[in-house]
Parts: sequence; C-alpha cells; structure tokens
Amino acid sequence: MLSFKHANKSIDLIEEFLTIIDQGSLIFKDGVKNYLQGKRENFDDNIKTLSNLSSDADIKKREIENILYTQSLMPQLRGDILKLLEELNNIIDLAKSNLFEFDVEVPLIPSELNQDLLKLTELSVFAIDSLIPASRAYFRDPISVKEQLHRVYLYEKEADKLALSIKRKVFQEMTQLKLSEKIHLRYFTLHIEILSDVAEKAADLLSIMAIKRTL
Amino acid sequence: MLYIIIIISSGLFLGWLLGSKDTANLFGTSVSSKRMNFQKASVIAGIFIVLGAIFQGKGTTSTIHSLGNIYEPVIAFTVVLCAAIIVLVLVKVKLPVSTSQAIVGAILGWSLFTYNSINITIASKILLAWILAPVLGIIIGALLFIGMRWFIKKSNIHVIKLDAYLRFSLIIVIAFAAFGLGANNIGNVIGVFSEYAPDVIVNFGLFTINGLQVLFLLGGISIAGGLFYYSRRSLHDTDEGVFSLIPETAIIVHLTLGIVLFIFSSSFMSNLIETIGMPSIPLVPVSSTQIILGAILGIGLVKGTWEIDSKTIAGIGLSWITTPLSAGLLTYMVLAIFRKTFGFPLENKPEAVVETLKSSGHSSIINLVVPGIIILGAVILLVFAYLIFRQQKLRLKIEKDMLIQQNQLYMSQKAMNDLEVRTIAMENDNLNVKLQAKRKEFMDIALNINEQKNFLEKISNGIDDAILMSDHDERIQKLKDLSVMLKQRMSFSKEKKEFYMQIEDVHKDFHMKLKTTFPNLTDLEKRLAGLIRLDLSTKEMASLLNISAKSVEIARYRLKKKLNLDKNSNLKNFINNI
Repeated sequence: MLSFKHANKSIDLIEEFLTIIDQGSLIFKDGVKNYLQGKRENFDDNIKTLSNLSSDADIKKREIENILYTQSLMPQLRGDILKLLEELNNIIDLAKSNLFEFDVEVPLIPSELNQDLLKLTELSVFAIDSLIPASRAYFRDPISVKEQLHRVYLYEKEADKLALSIKRKVFQEMTQLKLSEKIHLRYFTLHIEILSDVAEKAADLLSIMAIKRTL
Repeated sequence: MLYIIIIISSGLFLGWLLGSKDTANLFGTSVSSKRMNFQKASVIAGIFIVLGAIFQGKGTTSTIHSLGNIYEPVIAFTVVLCAAIIVLVLVKVKLPVSTSQAIVGAILGWSLFTYNSINITIASKILLAWILAPVLGIIIGALLFIGMRWFIKKSNIHVIKLDAYLRFSLIIVIAFAAFGLGANNIGNVIGVFSEYAPDVIVNFGLFTINGLQVLFLLGGISIAGGLFYYSRRSLHDTDEGVFSLIPETAIIVHLTLGIVLFIFSSSFMSNLIETIGMPSIPLVPVSSTQIILGAILGIGLVKGTWEIDSKTIAGIGLSWITTPLSAGLLTYMVLAIFRKTFGFPLENKPEAVVETLKSSGHSSIINLVVPGIIILGAVILLVFAYLIFRQQKLRLKIEKDMLIQQNQLYMSQKAMNDLEVRTIAMENDNLNVKLQAKRKEFMDIALNINEQKNFLEKISNGIDDAILMSDHDERIQKLKDLSVMLKQRMSFSKEKKEFYMQIEDVHKDFHMKLKTTFPNLTDLEKRLAGLIRLDLSTKEMASLLNISAKSVEIARYRLKKKLNLDKNSNLKNFINNI
C-alpha cells in the first residue's frame, strides 16, 4: 500500500513539474516582450519569477528522482522518464539564462526587428507549449503522443526559418549597424531559437519513449 | 513413518529438482526487474506451493498413480530416482526437460519391464493434456493480453499508478501460479508413492489433513526447498529466468500459468464441466515452462511479433521424445540390473505387498493444535522482532546518512571558511604593502619639502649676504656661486634616480629579461629602453636623460644596433614584446 502512496506523490510531483515548465515558457515570452518594449521593471519581475520557477523545477525533479529510485518504481521506464524530465528542466534553465543574458548584455535591438523577434519567441514558446501536453499524454495515453508531437516539429521548423530570415535581414539590410551589433543580434536570435531546438530534442526522446510503451 | 520418508526420498529429490528448475519461471522477471525482492517472492511462492499441494494435489496424484501402480516400495523409489537423474542430467546439460515427461517415461519403462499392462486411457489422457497445456497457454495468454491492453487503453491510467497496481497484482498472480504449480506438479513427486501414505489424520485446529496430504506436505516442502536453493542461483545466472518479460506481459504469463495449472489440477472444475455434459478435464501434471512458452506465443500473436526463437521451440519439441524415452530406458536398465542382482521386481503383482506397509486398523489421529499455536505464536514473535530490528536498522542507517551529510556540509563549510580566511589574509598583505608604499611616499614628500625649504633658505641667505656686500667683485663671486647651486639643483639628479628606481621596480620582469638577454647594454641604454617602453616622446626622454633630442635619436640608433635589429624593425614594438 506504501507504493500506492509513493506513486500518487510522484504523479503529483510530475504534474507540478510540467506545470512549472509550462508557466516558465510563458514568463519567458513575456520577458522578451517587455524587454523589446522597454518595460524594464516588468522585465526585472519576469527574471525574478523565472528564476524562482527554475529552482522550483530543480527541486521537484530531484524529489521525483529520489522517489523513483528509492522506491524502485518503474525500473524499466524510470531511466527514460528521468531523462525526459531532465530535458524539460533544461528548457526552463535555458529560458532563465537567456533572460539573464538580455539583462546583463542589454543588446541593442532596432525597433524594426521587434516584431520578428517577438514572433520568434512566440514560435519557440509554442513548441514548448505543445511539448507539455504530449509529455502528459505519455503517462496516460502513449498512443496519442505522436499526434501531439507533430506541432512541436512544425513550430521548430518555423522558428528556424524565421531566425534565418532575421539573421539575413540583420547582416544584409541593416547597413547602419556595426559588425559587433550585428553579431550581438545574431547571438540573441540564436538564444531564442535554441529553445525550440531543445523542445525538438525532448520531442524526439518522447516519441521513442511512447513507441517503447506501445510495443 | 521413517520408512515411508526413506521410500519417498527419491520423490522429494525430484520435487527439489522441480522447484529449482521451474520456479524461476514464477517470479524471475519480477525479481530481476527489482519489482519484488527475492525473499518476498520465494516466501510467497513457497507457501502457496505447499498449500496447492496439500489442498488440490489429489487429482494429478491419482492420475500418475493410475498410470502405473508400482507395488514394490524399493522399485517405486528406483523408478522415481531414475526420472530424477534424467531431469538432473538434462538440466545440467542445459536441455529443456519436463518433470512430468520424465516421471511418465520412467513409469512406462517399469511397465514394459514388468509386463504390466499400460493403462492406455490414462496414457492418452496424459498425452492429450501435454498437447492441450501449451495450446491453452496460447489461447488464454492471447485473450488475457487483449483484455489487459483494452483495459489499460480505456482506463487511461497513469503509468506510475499502473506500475503500483502491477506490483500488487504480481504478488497475487505469483501466489496463484505457485498454488497451481504445487497442486499440479505434486503428482510427479508423490503420485507413485500415494499407495504408501500413512494412515493418520493430523489436526491443525483450523483444518485436518490425512495421510496422503501429509505426503503432499512433504512433497510441497521439497519443491519449495528446491525453489529457495536453486532459483536464487538460476536468477543470478540468467537474470530473468527462462524468458525476459516486461511487467505487463509478466502478469499475463504468470496468470495464464496459474489458470492452466489450476485447470489441469482442479477436481472441482473437472466435475463441473462434466456435469454440463462436456468431457472431463484430465487431471495431469503438465510442464510450466511449456505453458509459459504458449502464453508468450499467444501474446506475440496478438502483438504481431514472434518473441521466441524457433530453436527454443524445436528444443522443447525434441524434449517430448528424448525425456520420456531416456527416463524409460534408464529405468528399464536399472530394473534389469536389479532383477539380475536381487531377483526382483517380479512380473506379476503379488498380493498384499503393500499391505505390510499400512497399518491394519483405523487411522490414528495426531493433534497438532497446541504445538501449532505455539509455533504460530513463535513465528509471529519472530516476525515482530524482525520488523522492530529492521526498523531500528533503518533508523540507524538514516541517522548515519544524516551524520555523513552533516559532516560533508561541515567539511565544505570549513573549506570555504579557510578559503575566505586565506583570501582576506592575502588582501591584508596587499593592503599592507600599499600602506607601506604610501607611508614611504608621504615620508619622501615630507623630506622633500624639508630639503626644498633648507635649500631655498640657503639661497635667500646668500642673496641677503650679497646685497650687504660692499665689494663688487666679492658680490659677483657670491652671485655666481648661487647660480651654480641653482643649476645643480635644476638637474633633479636625486629625483631622477628615484624615478628610475621606481620604474625598475614596477617593470621588474622587463628589466630582468633585458639584463639577461642583452648583458652588454650600458646604463643609459637600459634607461632609454625603459623610457621607450613607457611610450614617452623624444623631447620628454631628452629632458629626463639630460641630453638633447638629437642625442636621444643617436642613442636610439645605437640601442637598435645592440639589440640586433635591422633598419626597418620597430624598436618600440620589440621592447614592448620583451
């Protein structure tokens, strides 16, 4: 009966962990938006919230690991599950460090790029948002995982395309910018775009895990 | 009783082999996947094997007994021993072997040797059951798998909760399969000896068991003993028993095993089927490995995969011939040696051979209520003591872990404090050095002010003296002396000396390298190199060196030559790179 108690606790923790990742992605989007619109106070608030969420996610992940290992729950699946949680945790860590980089390096972003960067952020966040229900589905209905994952791949591809067009615009059309500023902008475009790449990596892992479970 | 135990010892040995060989199939996957620990699984399986044997072992035992009623105890012992030897040898050479097939083969060998007619009906029943068991395994395994897959899909149960349910179900399923194994396979162990059951009734308070059931109890204990002794080794050798299964499949396979074994050992179910007009189920010992194989095949059919390689199937198919044949042949040969040596077994069944073994009158009753209660109480006490001991051990372990953690924390804090102290000490040293330098600077300034004041006083007094002088020549001489003094002062020789000393101190490495790499440089050239490194202009350098700008250019040219640089080389870059 003790294993049911631990099972319930770990289910709750996983749910909370996924919610944190979901919230983290939304805060990241809001943070980039506030930075682009020059709302410094709101941006600082976003950084603080995201830092808290990231450390919460770390704590939850460690608790889940602890229960799964000490209670020998799901010996065949736990390796995969913990790897998935690690990938998801990476996403929120990356989002947090990206916002910190905005805060520290204060990149000069020409206003004509605001819309594009905002859209890139949205696409990356959509990719993460689509990953969360797919992750939830893995635990209850692995067959439906594949149906949900195609969105992640779609958003990742769109984000890649948009990032490329931003970089092209920066280097070929914005002649008024110094090379250092162009390189700085490329660097920040990459920072936002990489979130969708990490989401794609997690989606790959999730789709293999789902196949394993449906066999 | 001792005589009976000696006679059935070969059966107990066979039971022990059966336990060691077959029971890994019962919980191999569960133990190797760490879902259940070995002790827990083997205790559950052991208890239910014994229970199955006692309460439901009659059906299969009677079938084996009907196949060949071996009336001489020593021959019965020998026949079963031959079957056990064949099982042992085939297990050692890692060939698939069924205990049921070995015992039936040995009995048939005895029948052929003693010209006792083989009960064809029973033999055909046994053969039918052997074929039916894996077939039923396939059907039941497939149906259960479909049902479970449907249930999991429909219920949308969380995978972690599913795991918890599977753990719980595994315990029940293993217990059920163990019950079936005990009930079904006890026929192999005791079937031949059922004739020699003591005429007693043992009262345990809650239930009573008769003489035959006492034999079943002993047989069950021997199977459980084999399970404890060999299964552990077998699990470590092969990791997962005979087949590697995922937990969902393991549940189905074990449940199928339990159901099929139950079907072939339950008199109640057989009678029930007979009452509805269907042919009765033959109560025959069947091979658990073959049922498991059937269940896995059934699951594979549903999944559309072939999970067992054809070599395994071929090996098992071959064992259907090799096992009974080799057991029969061995029995035949051993009996031939017996007859040559001792003159028996006889060809015709002598009357009342068995009667000598049995007590003549009514059954004696053994009351085990009081000892049973005492043993039960002792077991409960032991379990209680063990639980307290384990709890204490766990508590101590947790405390120890916490102490280790605290110690690690303390050590890391200490290391950090040490580091901090070292950093502060270093900072203090640096500040001390700076303080000394500043102090020296202030002292220099004070001394300088003092010296300047003395000098200016000296000049002022000299001028006053010159004013008061009446002699013109003397006055001129005095003024000239004062002018020389002023010129000497204007050369700033002392300050310059200090300036060069400070430069050398700041650029220690540079001056050291310059000295060692180019030892033939003069003092002036070394100073010039130092000034070039400071990026001073020619005019500034001329003033500091007390020479003209032209002389600085010439000195630069000479320095370039001494540093072995050609005309086009940049002296400044060269000096900066030293």
